Amino acid sequence: MDQPAGYLHWGFILISWPNLLLIGLMVVLFGLALILPFPGHGSATEREKRG
Amino acid sequence: MKSRVGDDSSGSWTAATRRQLERRLPWENLLPDRQPFWVGSWVYVFGVVTIAALVWVIASGTILALFGPQWWHLSRAGRFFNSLHFWSVQLFFVFMVLHLWGQYFMASWREGRAPTWMVGAVTFAVSIVAAFTGYLSQQNFDSQWIAVNAKDAVNSTGIGGFFNVLNFGQMYGLHVMLLPIGITVLVALHIVQVRMKGVVPPIDDGKSATSKGR
Repeated sequence: MDQPAGYLHWGFILISWPNLLLIGLMVVLFGLALILPFPGHGSATEREKRG
Repeated sequence: MKSRVGDDSSGSWTAATRRQLERRLPWENLLPDRQPFWVGSWVYVFGVVTIAALVWVIASGTILALFGPQWWHLSRAGRFFNSLHFWSVQLFFVFMVLHLWGQYFMASWREGRAPTWMVGAVTFAVSIVAAFTGYLSQQNFDSQWIAVNAKDAVNSTGIGGFFNVLNFGQMYGLHVMLLPIGITVLVALHIVQVRMKGVVPPIDDGKSATSKGR
């Protein structure tokens, strides 16, 4: 923790590995929020069936 | 909610304000107990997690301000609250950006919601300044290093004469007083704007014009 972070240097892209990892985790979290079902919340079709 | 004062007070600005509030922000919109069906998605949780993180930021920051730099650098409890403040800020920004992504792909500025979007964008910008002044207020070598490097960047914009990053008192005052008040007011306004217009309907929903906050 007391040492500088490692960096990815690819062409004009220069980003620290912790920052890149965090951005990756955010993209994964965003994707999961779109596909995971919300608790206690059926699909639109089920809701229409229940009236 | 029914007005207690009759319409004969139409010349009064308080009555006019009351009528505006009753018309544009009725209680059932301000404190709804039901939301549209499409709000049942994890994407809508990002905004409320951002607010929860902000509560932790302000609570931990208040304690840090009460006890001061020696405490937050040298004592175990102080270092704990220092870390709590730092990590709640990280969560605040992570979930604010996720909320921004979600609202961007929903085009949440539709149907009269542009002011809500703009207040959100301004809140984001003010939060970045608040985080920056926070890094400058740490009272350690890290904050000195950041200040010495940042002064050239800030001076190049021409506002260095007013916004002096080497002036600890100014940076600390901004960080613990003016910027938190600004962010809190902006977030409160943002929530009221969402309540006034209702949650934005899905893009392909044909009935979107009538689906307001139900």
